[in-house]
Amino acid sequence: MTFKDRYDMVVIGSGPGGLAAAISAKKNGAQDVLVIERDVEPGGILLQCIHNGFGVEVFKQDLPGPAYAQRFINEAYQVGVDFLLDTMVLEITRDHRITATSKRYGFLNIQAKAVVLAMGCRERTRAQVRLPGARPAGVFTAGTAQRWVNVEGYMPGKNFVILGSGDIGMIMARRLTFEGAKVERVLEVMPYLSGLTRNYVQCLMDYDIQLQLMHTVKNIIGKKRVEAIEAVAVDEKWNYIPGTEEIIPCDTLLLSVGLIPENELSRQAGVLIDPVTAGPFVDDGFQTNIPGIFSAGNVVHVYDLVDWVTEAGLIAGKSAARLIQAGPQKTEKVIPVKAGENVRYVVPHTLNPDHLIEGEIRVQMRVRQPIEAPVWVEVRSGERLLHRKPEPYARPGEMVTIFLKPALLDEVKAANGLSVAIAKR
Amino acid sequence: MKTYDIIIIGGGVVGCMTARALSRYNLKVLMIEQESDIGMGASSANSAIIHSGHDPMPGTLKAEMNRLANPMWDQLISELGIPFKRSGAYIVAIGEEEFGCLAALSERARQNSVKTEVINANEMRKKEPLINPAVSGALFTPSAGMVDPFSACVAPLENAIQNGVKVMTDTEFISFITNGRRIVGVHTNRGDFTCRWVVNAAGIYSDEIMHTAGVRPDFKINPRRGEYYILDKTEIEMNNILFPVPSKVSKGILVLGSTHGNVLVGPNTQQTPDKEDKSVTGDGLNEIWQGAQKLIPSLNQRAIIAVFAGLRATGNALCTSSKVDYHHDFVIEVAKEVEGLVNLAGIESPGLTAAPAIAERVVELLKDAGELLTKKQDWNPIRLARPRFNYMTRKEQEELVARDAHYGRIVCRCEMVTEGEIVAEIHAPLPAKTYDAIKRRTWLGTGRCLGSFDMPRVVEILSSELGISVSEVSKKGTGSEFLFRPTKEVDA
Amino acid sequence: MPTIEEKVVCVTCPKGCTLQVTRDVQTVLKVGNGCKRGYEYARQELTDPRRMVASSVRITGALHPLLPVYTSAPFPKPRIPELLAILRMVEVKTPVTLDQTILEDVLGTGINIHASRDMSKIT
Repeated sequence: MTFKDRYDMVVIGSGPGGLAAAISAKKNGAQDVLVIERDVEPGGILLQCIHNGFGVEVFKQDLPGPAYAQRFINEAYQVGVDFLLDTMVLEITRDHRITATSKRYGFLNIQAKAVVLAMGCRERTRAQVRLPGARPAGVFTAGTAQRWVNVEGYMPGKNFVILGSGDIGMIMARRLTFEGAKVERVLEVMPYLSGLTRNYVQCLMDYDIQLQLMHTVKNIIGKKRVEAIEAVAVDEKWNYIPGTEEIIPCDTLLLSVGLIPENELSRQAGVLIDPVTAGPFVDDGFQTNIPGIFSAGNVVHVYDLVDWVTEAGLIAGKSAARLIQAGPQKTEKVIPVKAGENVRYVVPHTLNPDHLIEGEIRVQMRVRQPIEAPVWVEVRSGERLLHRKPEPYARPGEMVTIFLKPALLDEVKAANGLSVAIAKR
Repeated sequence: MKTYDIIIIGGGVVGCMTARALSRYNLKVLMIEQESDIGMGASSANSAIIHSGHDPMPGTLKAEMNRLANPMWDQLISELGIPFKRSGAYIVAIGEEEFGCLAALSERARQNSVKTEVINANEMRKKEPLINPAVSGALFTPSAGMVDPFSACVAPLENAIQNGVKVMTDTEFISFITNGRRIVGVHTNRGDFTCRWVVNAAGIYSDEIMHTAGVRPDFKINPRRGEYYILDKTEIEMNNILFPVPSKVSKGILVLGSTHGNVLVGPNTQQTPDKEDKSVTGDGLNEIWQGAQKLIPSLNQRAIIAVFAGLRATGNALCTSSKVDYHHDFVIEVAKEVEGLVNLAGIESPGLTAAPAIAERVVELLKDAGELLTKKQDWNPIRLARPRFNYMTRKEQEELVARDAHYGRIVCRCEMVTEGEIVAEIHAPLPAKTYDAIKRRTWLGTGRCLGSFDMPRVVEILSSELGISVSEVSKKGTGSEFLFRPTKEVDA
Repeated sequence: MPTIEEKVVCVTCPKGCTLQVTRDVQTVLKVGNGCKRGYEYARQELTDPRRMVASSVRITGALHPLLPVYTSAPFPKPRIPELLAILRMVEVKTPVTLDQTILEDVLGTGINIHASRDMSKIT
């Protein structure tokens, strides 16, 4: 197969965000769309997420990750998206020139009218949580273990301790149990779960796997391979509580201590990164500060659900297609959206009120502190309340979504900025 | 039984440089290394600095070897292809009191024949914009530089191998074979080898090797652990070597831009009785962070991508000059109690810097002991560095990929390491047989994701290139395998 | 008849609501703090708990050694270990397409095992 050196749109990454963006761009009039993927097949991390739980929003079905990906892969091929697989993008410039390299296709230079960044996210490591102890084999991120167990077909240990109650960690606890391994313990430094409650029920409770909140790893023991870990209870400030140490024999420590958007290519291109989300500043069409460079999915902020990644990709693809066909549109006014009380961040960072004419605008946020009681999610312009939505509770592990309705057009237009807050009802 | 002229015990930087120096002569040389790879001890876990020599106590072997070795590096790096930058180093005074200490440091440097220059606070700020605003001045030592410490082991050893030296890894010294007072060989876990000379370059184990031969029973290595951080090069950029004003026991916690572009922070100093204890501790990490912030207050913990610890082989040898009161000097000697043993022991900082001079000193010691060393006619001093994709221009990268498609596939995204580089290291003169061996050579897996992405791929490449099962591929030798059974073989 | 108060975390959707279940020995009387699907879930969970099961089986001739598979419907929870043991014995051949039936009426439950993706033959 040969590839052109010019495309209307190039998408970096073929995970759910990239696939949705490519399909949506094509359906919205982009002529030729190329997806560049570093792996030898499209689908991204979904291919190793063989557990179910995907597609409840988009398909109203409970699908495994590969099945969810397959539907979009099939659709992408149907609508005529090109795929450049086993290829790594080395650089993207402000004016949309892409340099990539591949064992199959050699060195490639491609000019695009628009680029969608869909590189997803990576896992935080033991260094980032400053985990002390020895450095033997047997300390892996949950995602690396997941790839081995589910894709490569090998078990990276017999007895596991998992640090972090992120979704991947809990899902791996069940997966490893399914394949005959023993999960000794899941430790979480926070006083609350960092993943979804349903994963706690289905993955840990169902298999009697013990979860200890406010616990962490104080020491990793082992010369060549992990022999044990020393667990310890912590206070609210993560200080070890003396006397609570416990040696847990195990041969593997899995880390599920958070995900970080992967934005090194974005930075090189001059895309501005929000230090809170670690993803680009975006408008409601997921365009970054660089005209014609869009971003979709976990590269923007880490979502709880793949369905929302898909929806973000659909919006980004549509915006990119519009830009390709009509050129850059003059915006009369851009409205900043700020995180208010008890909101850690909100996406998008800005919005174009004129887009409300076409339909509602999705606004997503993460709460700072958990509130286990009914709350209001409130949108204000200055002091004035524009919109509020009730939620039964607010948890940091679960993203909150609201929609700004077209009826708010005039008020949003008149605003100097919007702020979003979450407070007890 | 295989017979050699010389057997070197230990593949650290001292052993590797010695192997290369000896390879110039008509000698049969064997190096044995107990680990699965060379350079796994202090040689690959240190501050990566070629010291100017301003710091050691004048009159010691440390000072002499440092002074002799520092200028040798220019030729070494050009012959051997070692990443190196003679950047100079700054000993930075924070606050007026420390500024007063610079004169004494400068005087010690003068006694060691090391050029220095005192610069004022403004000049220091210009050289390093990130420096603590409370800087009061600095002592600049232009001859200091930064090096890739593992390259400083593997490059000379590969050159030695090209010139006929044999290297056996996973080969543990058990005891000496003796004939009266004379050492005539070694027993190892992989058989016995006879020789006329043994060079003890066993690092933190050098005392135990001596004691096996009944040599220097009072000599003891008291390992001192030093912990380090590596910071993400996309988060912080720095091109300088910054020392604090030193304390009595160490040169202090320094901050430097490494040859790989990442900032390195450390080390602290902790006594440890355990020669295998390379663990990092919460307290230690806090200590080095605070120390580093004294120099660069804006350091952000978000930039941390790796932590590691190394063990310094601190000895207790008196300085050979009776005029100098110093208790931690290098041991570079032909053993007196037996025949046929050269001891290179207690080689802590500035050991990396000093290694090429120590190697030359070994040659002299052998000559002095009556060895008739004749030079090889066909000795080749050149060892070519292999391609490093990440450090090439786009044009060079394109040409490399066109020449060999393996270099087109990136295996490590953060450090941009290609399949071609990994395969080349597996089939190099000194083959890389483990994940960590590849990591030390290519810097793969040292970036932001710490190998989460590349690990399964590297395990697969090692398995197919070495013709072993993936469950036999290890991180750092037998006992450190990654995988233990196929997913579906629960009862196997 | 005495009633029992129980808490059940609903796993039907990602919300994970904690349902307040009031029941007697046989039947669920009242479910608070949930939606319609929550009521159905609580009733099911307390009488016949079931889970969607996703795992893998061996495959030959494909890019990877394992084919991910899943149950066509929620599977009786107590029998999951039996199901996993059966899946370990299965080996399929390429090509396979998404939702192709790998096993029919597994363990007499009426539930099928489907392929979670396409896997073509590698030449």
